[in-house]
Amino acid sequence: MRAATAMRGKDVVLDGVSMVFGDFTAVHPTDLEIKAGEFFSILGPSGCGKTTILRMISGFLEPTTGRVLIGGDDMAGIGPNRRPTALIFQNLALFPLMPVWENVAFGLEARGVGKKQRRERAMELIDMVALRGQEEKLPGDLSGGQRQRVAIARALAVEPAVLLLDEPLSALDLKLRKEMQIELKRLQHETGITFIFVTHDQEEALTMSDRIAVMNNGRILQVGSPREIYDHPSERFVANFIGDTNLMEAEIISVSNGTARLRLPSGTETDADMPEGLDDAKKVTVVVRPEHARLAADAGEATLSGTLENIVYFGTDTHYHVRLDAGELFTIRAQNLRGRDETHESGSRIGIHLGDRAVQVLKD
Amino acid sequence: MTASDATARSGTSADAEAAGSYRSLVEDAQRREIRNKRLLATPALVVLFFAASGPLLIVLLYSFLAPDPYGGVEWEFSTQGWFKVFFQVDIFDDTVSLADAHLSILWRSVQLSFLTTLLTFVFGFPTAYFIATRPVKYRELWLFLITIPFWTNLLIRTFAIMEVIRAEGLINQALIALDIIEEPIQMLYTDFAILIGMAYVYLPLMVLPLYASMEKLDFRLVEAAYDLYATRFQALRRVIVPLVKPGIIAGSILVFIPSLGAYVTPRVLGGGKKMMLGNLIELQFGQGRNWPLGAALSITLLIIVMVALIAYVRNTTKSDVRHG
Amino acid sequence: MAEMSASQAGGPRRPFSVKRQTGFTTIAIICFVALYAPIITLVVYSFNSSLSIASWGGFSLQWYEAAWNNQQVQDASIRSVIIASFASVIATTLATMAALGTTRTRPYRGLTAIYAAINQPLMVPEIVSAVALLIFFAMIKVATGYTGLGYLIAAHTAFCIPFAYLPIRARLESMDLTLETAAADLYATPWSTFRRVTLPLLWPGILAGAMLAFVISLDDVVITEFVKSAGQDTLPTYMLGQLRRAVTPEMNAISTVFLAISVAMVTIFFFLSRRRK
Repeated sequence: MRAATAMRGKDVVLDGVSMVFGDFTAVHPTDLEIKAGEFFSILGPSGCGKTTILRMISGFLEPTTGRVLIGGDDMAGIGPNRRPTALIFQNLALFPLMPVWENVAFGLEARGVGKKQRRERAMELIDMVALRGQEEKLPGDLSGGQRQRVAIARALAVEPAVLLLDEPLSALDLKLRKEMQIELKRLQHETGITFIFVTHDQEEALTMSDRIAVMNNGRILQVGSPREIYDHPSERFVANFIGDTNLMEAEIISVSNGTARLRLPSGTETDADMPEGLDDAKKVTVVVRPEHARLAADAGEATLSGTLENIVYFGTDTHYHVRLDAGELFTIRAQNLRGRDETHESGSRIGIHLGDRAVQVLKD
Repeated sequence: MTASDATARSGTSADAEAAGSYRSLVEDAQRREIRNKRLLATPALVVLFFAASGPLLIVLLYSFLAPDPYGGVEWEFSTQGWFKVFFQVDIFDDTVSLADAHLSILWRSVQLSFLTTLLTFVFGFPTAYFIATRPVKYRELWLFLITIPFWTNLLIRTFAIMEVIRAEGLINQALIALDIIEEPIQMLYTDFAILIGMAYVYLPLMVLPLYASMEKLDFRLVEAAYDLYATRFQALRRVIVPLVKPGIIAGSILVFIPSLGAYVTPRVLGGGKKMMLGNLIELQFGQGRNWPLGAALSITLLIIVMVALIAYVRNTTKSDVRHG
Repeated sequence: MAEMSASQAGGPRRPFSVKRQTGFTTIAIICFVALYAPIITLVVYSFNSSLSIASWGGFSLQWYEAAWNNQQVQDASIRSVIIASFASVIATTLATMAALGTTRTRPYRGLTAIYAAINQPLMVPEIVSAVALLIFFAMIKVATGYTGLGYLIAAHTAFCIPFAYLPIRARLESMDLTLETAAADLYATPWSTFRRVTLPLLWPGILAGAMLAFVISLDDVVITEFVKSAGQDTLPTYMLGQLRRAVTPEMNAISTVFLAISVAMVTIFFFLSRRRK
């Protein structure tokens, strides 16, 4: 089996791009830079505009304002059949009357490649996605996962610089989805194409991406690596959308050099990074991830204190729901490690230690 | 719980009896219902048998009788009707040869029907596509516009075409006014006139089934084609056309079959000189005075039509199975 | 947040249309124009005061007057309406019964055959049906001596049945079965269930079927031409006869009136089929 020809990805730049339909703004003016060869995800709930962005990059929509640049070239007025992009549709859009290999070879046929060559190249790609033996079948006779792979092979056949994937895994069951995630990651590494992956599943985005853009209501709220987004969410929506989180109000005592001294509801003070643009704020909202906190037996010495309301056992973790003295509910997630033998009783007073830099100040 | 369950559950014979009679009650009711339904349909069937289907058998019968010189038939068996469909006997030397006149008319009918189907397709496909790609709220309006001519009288529409293509008609007037020609072109009473007339009359029959197929087209597939660098023509040829094939076939059948049996249009626009099968058949019941021949020709037409219909049905069920 | 770049044009650009195909819209428009132009010409020239269509002599209603006073036109029109009325009423009644007997039921033996028999007039070329009826009725004429309108009414009824059947069946299939079941549950007899529950709901379908049958009967040329006896012209057969001789704008006038009636009926039919889904 020949190794696939290495394909180079291109970068994608959105420059002030917006999409307005009548009086509805699907996408507010947005700047975005996606690096060549990276696996970039756009994460957000349904209707947030992520598919619209994808369609603007692929050429099915012309932005109301702004430019789309691929590899530095302005794509204005260039239709989807002339852009170096390939789109994997949410419903896959496989041609139902053509067998698998003809589906895969379609882009080559469109470019005038001869039949023998087309078939050869199609078979290469069919091998790459591990579908040998299925090439004569019609899409209707394949399973969901197999159809998925045909769509991928078909898109790769035209050697795009940018591969756009519109929630491709949402229709698959969990096990298949995990398999496909690994597949896609592998393909992206092998080919070096820029992948732009749209999804509403935060776990998917976190596991697969080099960088993520979180989107809501037509705006991109935060762009960063999975770690950055998770550990340092900049806004309430991002914090809530990705993973579980605890929210609290805090007072700013002082700020110096980007670090703020905060007074938490319990009265204790702690330090946190101060995001830009909040110079005048006195009160802020902070978030703490459940796994960045741990229980302390001694309520007096801990950063926060409260009453243990509920213990939920999850097999791998245990969640502790604590009602803080200040009133809010705080969740702690602790791994169930062997040898750890803490037993806590529901209703007992408990203390909470926060990890170093666990407190994150939100912009809103 | 079905009656058989009841039987299985119970042990006693009295219960089994009760279950058995329950079952037969249900079956009786069902049988009665079916009988009532059959009864309801019967009057229509009776009328249809006597005034539509039944007489066809008589046609078949008549095709094997001998003609009466004053019209009608003589009640004796004869194959001359069928013979004369294909062959003729020279009146002087009794040589048997192919009935040129009949065969050329048959050939013209097939040719014209085929060309009509082609013409309506060339114009009907873009029209159906146009309607199918209008915003949904306007589609009904366009459909309505296509359907109105279809429901107006065939004769009137043929007359309208006649008025347009005759020597003093609209087309010639326009051509002369634009100095393209000096003398009017003779379009009426030609094969061309019949072709135009039939295409005009049967166009909606091609558009409507095509539209029905196109309306169901998933344009995301066309998007996928463009995304994969297809040109507009490639998308049309490789994606759209194969997917609307059922509509193409349905439309073709719906135009070809009536064209084959056309009577009014060739009569008005062909002027008696250019006959199609329908006119030839009529001739036998008029001046030709050969009812058996007319009957035989009718059966021939019927057979051709049935063959085309069966081919169509076969084709649609086959493609249904493929997509199943 | 983003700032508008200096190169941004402002205003929507023409998006890539997935549905556009070169030339299709042009051909479609040409088609629509070509479809209506002959009819419109026909109508326009019915108001032409001059005899020939080569010249326009000014607006005039003389041809309408002539047609109105034409005895043959009067007879033919009346005959058309009588036949169409009888045929559509009978055909619709029979079709309603047939629809009730073939719809919303488990497939029973012979159902496909019944269905085929009902639709048979649609599948057989009109000329063949016309010949068949000519022969058959000729036999009866000889045997009974009857030469009235009965043959025409019978023939029209027969080919109107499938046209009435289709909309009624469509309406029946889209109706909610539970209403009738509920009525039966409340001890209604089958007849009163039909009268009080089924019929009112089915009524738009029945009306649509009747109108369709009426138009089809009015329009028929071929079968009528073959089945009629001498002097039994309907309007279309009268017109067909006239086309063999000198054609005057009187034909245009008659055609226009005919057109108006057909269009009116079809429009009503469209509305009936649309509302109350």
